[in-house]
Amino acid sequence: MYCEECKQKPAAVHLTQVFNGNIMQSHLCEECAAKKGGFMFDPGNKFSIPNLLSSIFGAGCNAAPTPPTELDGCPNCGMTFNDIRQTGKLGCSECYKVFEQELEPTLRRIHGNSQHIGKIPSRGGEKVLLRKQMDNLKTQLQEAVNREEYEKAAGIRDNIKDMENKLA
Amino acid sequence: MIVSIDHLLNCKSVKWMESAKGQGDIIISSRIRLARNLRDIPFPQRLNQTTGEECLQKIKDACQEEMPAALHKMEFTGFDQLSVWDLRILVEKHLISPGHAQSNSAFRAIILNEDGSLATMVNEEDHLRIQCLLPGLQLASGYDLAQQMDDYLESKLEYAFDERRGYLTSCPTNVGTGLRASVMLHLPAMQMTGQTSQILQNIGQLGMTVRGLYGEGTEVAGNFFQMSNQITMGQSESEICNHLQAVTEQLVEQERLLRERLQVDLKYQLEDKIGRAFGILNHARMINSTEALALLSDVRLGIDLGILSGIQANALNTLIVAIRPAHLQKCAAQEMDAIQRDIKRAEVIQEQIKGIK
Repeated sequence: MYCEECKQKPAAVHLTQVFNGNIMQSHLCEECAAKKGGFMFDPGNKFSIPNLLSSIFGAGCNAAPTPPTELDGCPNCGMTFNDIRQTGKLGCSECYKVFEQELEPTLRRIHGNSQHIGKIPSRGGEKVLLRKQMDNLKTQLQEAVNREEYEKAAGIRDNIKDMENKLA
Repeated sequence: MIVSIDHLLNCKSVKWMESAKGQGDIIISSRIRLARNLRDIPFPQRLNQTTGEECLQKIKDACQEEMPAALHKMEFTGFDQLSVWDLRILVEKHLISPGHAQSNSAFRAIILNEDGSLATMVNEEDHLRIQCLLPGLQLASGYDLAQQMDDYLESKLEYAFDERRGYLTSCPTNVGTGLRASVMLHLPAMQMTGQTSQILQNIGQLGMTVRGLYGEGTEVAGNFFQMSNQITMGQSESEICNHLQAVTEQLVEQERLLRERLQVDLKYQLEDKIGRAFGILNHARMINSTEALALLSDVRLGIDLGILSGIQANALNTLIVAIRPAHLQKCAAQEMDAIQRDIKRAEVIQEQIKGIK
């Protein structure tokens, strides 16, 4: 096998990189590998992010159901799932709802997770904040009960009730 | 033109180039980026005239109101007020991305504060990309400042947020926290000893990616590496920052060990390399930017190890930017071809390093 760079000398350095589950192999001669400073990063050719993304959305994504037809585009921006596959980008915030099922495996593939934990905007996120606070209180309630601190537990229970009323 | 952006275009140094305490010799700068979008308005690449104008106006209006003092005189500038050259200067100073400068969208803008520590790109890949750039390792303070800008904008604009998915972004690789934290590292000893490829593989397994000097899709030059978190969802902001900080500290420790070993095992070869680099920089009549960055990296290492002296780290940071094409042409106040730039570059470097012994 010849070196991929100079195509003249035999390849002596074989590198396998795993990038979001995609395996990339490079074969170089010692000189070309040294020129790269032992640092195999060539974003120009193979590491194009859109290519990578469309491969994530596309083939090999066996958990994804058949994409909706062109007619089933996002009502807000008109983007179809095929467009998303091709560009690797979504069209608007509504796309996340419209293509929720199709996106689920993609998000898991990218992040290993599909649930946000972290900052919540105070505006528009009030209910989310309340719900998170309520989850915290429920944990505290359980802890108080376990420690047999029933008075404290009763106080926490009242707080939870208040919150439930606000959320309703 | 507006005073603040005018100043940032003309000044030699912005906030991140300042000398940093602590690990400033190896960690050049820290950057926090938050991707945010407005609810219901299509993402930048799907904007039409009506939605684009609406989006830009909403953001502009939000910036007209009084901002918290901590945000240091923030100013909104539409790209229609900037020349192609201004945009290139902003890219070279890391205040906007190459993609933002090159996109043909009519709805681009930049919101900058006085010292360039906060730069919010408008209609890059997302409606808002809040960036905070600070010198040295300052991820927590960077996040703090970016968060203040985020809180301010969020109080004026309705963000696209979903309870389950978090902050919704144009590209699914940013969804969730929308946070990309990164550090710019100078790792010459690692590169000289051929350790980078192995270390890079390990970094990948830790959920980090490494890019070049100017971010996504740019080459690694002058032993400068930009390392950032890969995953934006399923981890909290502080987890992301802490994790990056921990990996960075490990890399710094490794680099320091290798530097010590080089100084012991290859003392003469190292001094020879640094001396030659300094010699070429001092006497070259013309020099291209790749060679200049590589030699400046050697000189920087020489300063860090006490082999050379007589220049501050921030002067070297300024040089990384001052030798880029747009800055050279601004300095010469004329358009120049590659050869003219190489000549000018040699002059600019010699002027700056003349105090080095």
